[in-house]
Amino acid sequence: MSLHELDARRLLCPMPVIRTQNKASTLAAGDQLVVTCTDPGALSDIPAWCRITGHKIISSTQQGNEIIITLEIGET
Amino acid sequence: MTQAKAISLISGGLDSMLATKVVMDQGVHVEGINFFTGFCIEGHTHAIRSRGQKKPKRNNALWTAEQLGIKLHIVDVIDEYKDVLLNPKHGYGANLNPCQDCKTFMIRKALEWIEDNGFDFIITGEVVGQRPMSQRKDLMPVIARESGAGERLLRPLSAKNLPQTLAEREGWIKRDEMLGFNGRNRKPQMALAAQYGFKDYATPAGGCCFLTDEKYSKKVVDMWQHRSSRDYEFDDIMLLKVGRHIRPRPHFKMIIGREDGENKYMEGYRKQFISLYTTSHRGPLVLLDGKDISDEDIQLAGRIVARFGQGRDADSVTVQAQWPDGEAKDFTVSPMPAEEIIQDWYV
Repeated sequence: MSLHELDARRLLCPMPVIRTQNKASTLAAGDQLVVTCTDPGALSDIPAWCRITGHKIISSTQQGNEIIITLEIGET
Repeated sequence: MTQAKAISLISGGLDSMLATKVVMDQGVHVEGINFFTGFCIEGHTHAIRSRGQKKPKRNNALWTAEQLGIKLHIVDVIDEYKDVLLNPKHGYGANLNPCQDCKTFMIRKALEWIEDNGFDFIITGEVVGQRPMSQRKDLMPVIARESGAGERLLRPLSAKNLPQTLAEREGWIKRDEMLGFNGRNRKPQMALAAQYGFKDYATPAGGCCFLTDEKYSKKVVDMWQHRSSRDYEFDDIMLLKVGRHIRPRPHFKMIIGREDGENKYMEGYRKQFISLYTTSHRGPLVLLDGKDISDEDIQLAGRIVARFGQGRDADSVTVQAQWPDGEAKDFTVSPMPAEEIIQDWYV
């Protein structure tokens, strides 16, 4: 398992999801990806994308204007 | 028999949702694909603005895929889409909407995807006669041919009104189980949605593209005219969705935040544009988009900025101008009276 980061700040939906999707496609099952966003829509979209693609949300927190979502790559 | 596989163009609207479900019910493995051109109207684009935030934020394409229980692939086609918008073979609709070329482009991209991923055919939610440009019966074969998809393109909601496709001929789906919807009447779709138990779907047949919007299209044309170039970057098309656009001089325009959400969004552009805001009174953030902006222009812009802030009735207002390198300068202006802001300045 390795930990990866993605900066999706200032991007509006659906770009944070697209960047997450593209990054996730390069990772292995069990890897974790920490995505930092500023679009509040990411709070619903990234988890929705995870649910339909078999990835798992580990945590989702908001610090000021920034949203930090950690997900674990599933078997796809 | 090996299970057939199809990719369905998911817009987030009702028709593509129904078309996908019809084919899934035939035992076909279906995944969704959604293309992001940069001009897509999404709930979150509106969420730049603070007002209306009581509405739940969601991406309708993702939501639709989840309701259907299918995967969704969202594809960034921003750069490739430029050629569609700038050089549409079949021209524009009422505004800058190149609907026929757009549909052809998306089906061509879906074709590339199925070829790369070993899928068998493409599904769209098109309905014969529903849209004046891209869903006319005579244009449907043209779109199928020009996209290269040909008979690998299935339109389940109108399949009975169209020639047989590969999916029917190969027995992957039964033609009898397809539908024969026709025209602009939405009642058949509503009835089918009720039959499937779909309730909370996005506005049926709602526009999904800023290019169909007259005001937005005018802003695009204004941008091209004043840059003497029919080109754009992603940031350009995003900023056209934000703020009031006022062009007091041909060589620059002002983008004036209309409320806090827009002001916050525009903050991110202060390293790319000269920005102005009033320091003595509350007011909007303003970006100046143009070249060779002089001190005189900044004074003029300052008077207009003051007009749009809470100091509009004050004798003088202090404005700060900040350049992309961080250099800043405060100056005092008298707010421009409303009658001096010429209507033609509004883009």
